Amino acid sequence: MSADFETNLVLKKLREFSPAAIEDARDFRNELTLYLRPAFLRRACEFLRDAPGLRFEFLADLTAVDLYPNEPRFEVVYHLLSLETAERLRLKVRVSGENPQVDSVVRVWPSANAFEREAFDLFGIRFEGHPYLRRLLLPEDWEGHPLRKDYPTEGYR
Amino acid sequence: MPVTLERIPGQEERLILSMGPQHPSTHGVLRLVLDLEGETVVRALFDIGYLHTGFEKSFECKTYSQGITLTDRMDYLAPLSNNLGFCLAVEKLLDLEIPPRAQWIRVLLTELTRIQSHLVWLGTHAIDLGAMSVFLYCFREREDILDIFEMVSGQRMMTSYFRIGGLALEPPLGWLKRVEKFVRMFPNRLEEYEALLTRNPIWLRRTKDVGTISGKDAIAFGLSGPCLRGSGVDWDIRKKQPYSSYEKFDFEVATRPEGDVYARYLVRLEEMRQSLRIVQQAMEGLPEGPIKTKAPHIVLPDREEMKTSIEALIYHFKIVSEGFHPPLGEVYQAIESPRGELGFYVVSDGSPKPYRCHVRGPSFANLQALPKLIEGRLIADVVACIGSIDIVLGEVDR
Repeated sequence: MSADFETNLVLKKLREFSPAAIEDARDFRNELTLYLRPAFLRRACEFLRDAPGLRFEFLADLTAVDLYPNEPRFEVVYHLLSLETAERLRLKVRVSGENPQVDSVVRVWPSANAFEREAFDLFGIRFEGHPYLRRLLLPEDWEGHPLRKDYPTEGYR
Repeated sequence: MPVTLERIPGQEERLILSMGPQHPSTHGVLRLVLDLEGETVVRALFDIGYLHTGFEKSFECKTYSQGITLTDRMDYLAPLSNNLGFCLAVEKLLDLEIPPRAQWIRVLLTELTRIQSHLVWLGTHAIDLGAMSVFLYCFREREDILDIFEMVSGQRMMTSYFRIGGLALEPPLGWLKRVEKFVRMFPNRLEEYEALLTRNPIWLRRTKDVGTISGKDAIAFGLSGPCLRGSGVDWDIRKKQPYSSYEKFDFEVATRPEGDVYARYLVRLEEMRQSLRIVQQAMEGLPEGPIKTKAPHIVLPDREEMKTSIEALIYHFKIVSEGFHPPLGEVYQAIESPRGELGFYVVSDGSPKPYRCHVRGPSFANLQALPKLIEGRLIADVVACIGSIDIVLGEVDR
């Protein structure tokens, strides 16, 4: 980690709260990305939402990236926004391809509801604790998850 | 089997009603499932996906420049805002500096887009609630703006006018005269709409204290844009995280504390006035200079240059046939679209096509708050609430 990571407020506070939660931190074009360990996800999110001086109350976006054929295959990506400090933060959680599941954050941010359903629908990642985890954009009987990299873009399945 | 609500045992007299997807007041192909007790909505569920075309998958098999054409088609009422969001994201990925003239024209056109999009919203919202004439007036003015779009880009709606590194081409001579004419005429037109609605007792009865949401709930449900500001939250990305030189323009952020349909109406009307101010400033202070940045491996060369320079010809061939290679990395760029926070999350693996491109559509997030707005209210208010969150289903379903 570079010197920048030592002074970053978000990172410092989260480290104080739970040093084991952070797996990795990256910075690209002045955007901070934190990789969280899945077991700490919900608690870390609650902390980021409520901690004074951070207040990431607004979940701007939630999606996933498929890194097929690498393992862990998926990354679930959270984009947080603090209306108080006008800071943005990207969280990531690595999820295995064999059993893609991660804790739901609907209880932390109700807005995660549709975003998690979308990710479930298009990537097949299950969000544990989601109140209504059903397909959102595709019909209920659709086979497969189109945004996975091994899902063809043309032809018949 | 379409999505439905389960009947609650002991409540058999309630009616489960499917509203849409073909319903004139759902603003597209939105289907709502309503559980009705008499005329009161007890529970509500939205069913979307009728317009799902897999844009995010399509991005992955198009070059970055080709991707711009997809963005128009998502939020088809604000094509230039979507162009801008995507271009800014890719430009951030490439670390490109955009010349001031291009930035100013971008601001000018996206603000006209905002007015145009709000006009469609106002017209359809009013017609939903029974005010027919407003619709005709709004579409009259919208046509003027679409004429300006057609003038600069050749298209009324699917403009694809902003390109990575600047603009597609220099706007034609005389376009500013058209903009000026519009800027002079529009304040009076706004008065006309206001005269028809703002103090109209029927309009007030239909919109005041209807679909109320507090600022705290609005944040929790991910509402953004005029819906968030209508609940008293002073948040506008153009002010708080300025992009494309918005910090150089003088405008105010409209907010209202009430959080009801009427508040959202007032916020959008005020936004049109502020947008007009920005358009005027952009027009008066429009800098001279290039409309494309100097990056020969990314931005297409001028036609004239191609005829005389072999390098330009080679670059042109490379960009068109293969595309450009951005560095490895990922960016998220949010802009204030007419509907709220429009975010593009672009992941690059170094190849000429995005590895992943996710769109955070403001309509998608705003729609989530709809059940909260309408539960416990009369079925007639459902239409007012749908209109007030101003969704575009093309963007919701992508």
